Amino acid sequence: MRIAVLALQGAFIEHEQMLSKLGVPSVEIRQKRDLNQSFDGLIIPGGESTVQGKLMRELELYDPLKKMIQAGLPVFGTCAGLLLLAKKIQNDDRIHFSTMDIVAVRNAYGRQLGSFYTEEFFKGIGKIPMTFIRAPYIEDVFGEAQPLATVNNHIVAARHNKQLATAFHPELNNDLSVHQYFLDMIKS
Amino acid sequence: MSEKRFELNKNLAQMLKGGVIMDVTTPEQAKIAEAAGACAVMALERIPADIRAAGGVSRMSDPKMIKGIQEAVSIPVMAKCRIGHFAEAQILQAIEIDYIDESEVLSPADDKYHIDKTQFDVPFVCGAKDIGEALRRINEGASMIRTKGEPGTGDIVQAVRHMRMMYSEIRRIGSMAQDELFDTAKQLQVPYELVKYVHEYKKLPVVNFAAGGVATPADAALMMQLGAEGVFVGSGIFKSGNPEKRAAAIVKAVTNFTDAKILAELSEDLGEAMVGINEQEIELLMAERGK
Repeated sequence: MRIAVLALQGAFIEHEQMLSKLGVPSVEIRQKRDLNQSFDGLIIPGGESTVQGKLMRELELYDPLKKMIQAGLPVFGTCAGLLLLAKKIQNDDRIHFSTMDIVAVRNAYGRQLGSFYTEEFFKGIGKIPMTFIRAPYIEDVFGEAQPLATVNNHIVAARHNKQLATAFHPELNNDLSVHQYFLDMIKS
Repeated sequence: MSEKRFELNKNLAQMLKGGVIMDVTTPEQAKIAEAAGACAVMALERIPADIRAAGGVSRMSDPKMIKGIQEAVSIPVMAKCRIGHFAEAQILQAIEIDYIDESEVLSPADDKYHIDKTQFDVPFVCGAKDIGEALRRINEGASMIRTKGEPGTGDIVQAVRHMRMMYSEIRRIGSMAQDELFDTAKQLQVPYELVKYVHEYKKLPVVNFAAGGVATPADAALMMQLGAEGVFVGSGIFKSGNPEKRAAAIVKAVTNFTDAKILAELSEDLGEAMVGINEQEIELLMAERGK
């Protein structure tokens, strides 16, 4: 198995390190020709969704990646990645892949002073560390999406078939369970 | 600052990696920067080139102006305070700034002490010319480091010197024997634990950006290849002929910094770059402020 990591901007190296700890090789997607490699899943990292969304379009990655996700390529988005997958963003007109049946709220906890760490339950895993950095949350899931974790009455993780999204950053803590969950999702 | 808060503040810097942080002086410029792909903006009244030209004492910007920029964009907003001026930093924290730059670009308020950044909840980025300055700032609570470069000159030579110095010292510490680390900590005037971290991980304990003198996509690519994890661009964008185009080109250069073919395309037709000043021609070396 090999996982592609969208490496346009943000904390993509941290995801590669998590995969490497799980013994899974990764490839970086920075431009169109990087898509010629074969991979079994895609991770969209944290960073700024505005930057990643813009670069994705200008580097001609948007259409091919969207087609791959629609065709069933397993994808895992964290923070900005969640926003790139959401069908609707409550407080932003810019929508991106729009493949996941979730309504997200951008910068939902405010500025950096609102960033926080907590430990909560994740469906099918148990209690795990969750780091929120200027994070979004999921206001609503509909259609085929299912909530996987809730913090203070807000959904912070969801799954829609082979699409997984978390508002928090599992790649910033030592706990490998969410990445393992994604790998299991690919295999299933 | 609790240990957890320090972690969260380092984490925000991690999210900025691979990105470009742009100096802006108005909400309009902030919107241009965001649309061009900036991962954050630095709100300040005058960009470094103008501060240099105007001379005199340069201070924290008007909070009203900073708030205008916070309202104009959805990306993180940073602002500068003077070295050692903890009251300015308190004011910036009160308006919920996302990152404070304790910056040598402004006139230093204290010629001996930097701000005790551990007393704050908001994160700080500080400039450093070498590993000693970097680790001293981190020990004071900085959660992100940038090279000092020479702001407002459009001359990359100092940023290159500082980044090369940083990595050369990291390699030296990385190859030391355990017992040499104690003496290095003493020489650098920093705690042993920080030196040990550099020895073990062959990197700084926080994210490290390039800053000072970046004017072209090639400058940005050069700094990334020298090991920068992202780039600050100050005067280089809004002192140039076509800010929108240059800003967008520098953003793309940082993402594909090793692909010379892409860099060649990005470098075409950017209009006039900012007029540079060579380091021999300037009287005030801002990088010498705050060690």
